[in-house]
Amino acid sequence: MAAGSNAPTASEYIVHHLAHLNTSGSAQTNIVDFSIINIDTLAWAIGMGALMAWFMYRAARMVRVEAPGRFVGAIEWLVEFVHEQARSIVQGDIRMIAPLALTSFVWIFLMNAIDLIPVDLPPRIAELFGIHYMRAVATADLNAPLAMSIVVLGASIYYGIKIKHPGGFVKELFSAPFGSNIIVAPFNLLINIIEYAAKTVSLGMRLFGNMFAGELVFMLIALLGAAATWWGFGLHFLAGLGWAIFHILIITLQAFIFMMLALVYIGQAHEGH
Amino acid sequence: MTNVALVALACGLIISLGALGACLGIGMMGGKYIEAAARQPELMDKLQTKMFLLAGLIDAAFLIGVGIAMLFAFANPFVG
Repeated sequence: MAAGSNAPTASEYIVHHLAHLNTSGSAQTNIVDFSIINIDTLAWAIGMGALMAWFMYRAARMVRVEAPGRFVGAIEWLVEFVHEQARSIVQGDIRMIAPLALTSFVWIFLMNAIDLIPVDLPPRIAELFGIHYMRAVATADLNAPLAMSIVVLGASIYYGIKIKHPGGFVKELFSAPFGSNIIVAPFNLLINIIEYAAKTVSLGMRLFGNMFAGELVFMLIALLGAAATWWGFGLHFLAGLGWAIFHILIITLQAFIFMMLALVYIGQAHEGH
Repeated sequence: MTNVALVALACGLIISLGALGACLGIGMMGGKYIEAAARQPELMDKLQTKMFLLAGLIDAAFLIGVGIAMLFAFANPFVG
């Protein structure tokens, strides 16, 4: 990164750390650009998914009738907790919905937890391999949380059509919440579209906002350490410690909130308006 | 005022007004939760889960605003 007398300024440091490793080779200029893929987000998300699958598989293999160990006990508690939430929120067949909730919780938690690794470490390690940009927290890229919330939207539409049958689903689009008068039908449709869009966007952006802001504060705290003075180092350590401890709560909470809202939205698709 | 000054003001407004709303909301909700817990202590655990969920929901718009303000502060998409 820095070479001799040409150390980056604060802005350059942060802008460099905010740049994704993408397929176009340079920073993205348009807000929406479907031709660019953020390879670092993909790699970390798939890596965390594989780690999650391996964890849960290992726990499932170790389940026995006699007293479980701590690891299996913890996973069992988690699975029962998610099952309980799914059963109370979704009135219907939860054989596919509860695993979806569990997957989203564990996966998002693991992706968020990467934020606790020191901010400069993954980029430095990537530098050793010749990769110049690396954003390690997959959920701090808007693409990943928005993709997951679109999957939740797809699931709620799928279950809506499956439970109410296509005719009933379309009828409900036009007749809720103002009643089945033909005159208010366009307004009903508009409100329903806005409702679906708002739920999807807010679900994705909530997770993104929390993780992006958290990562950015970590970078700003790292800038404190860049002032090579005793108080710079001290503040860096103290502020970093405090923010990291607070962030442990935030990553768990955000994963939990995503899971609960996914269950609530799919549950809303089960019941009529 | 220069463009940089306006961007800085904008970031300050986004974060401060969002924080105002979020803190008032969580304060009110937390107060109601504590009242309810004092009236019916046996419901405290059940309500605590829902309280954390609501805290996350209330914080959502504020943190989205913080993310956008940080974006303007460091990687302003409107500048050159």
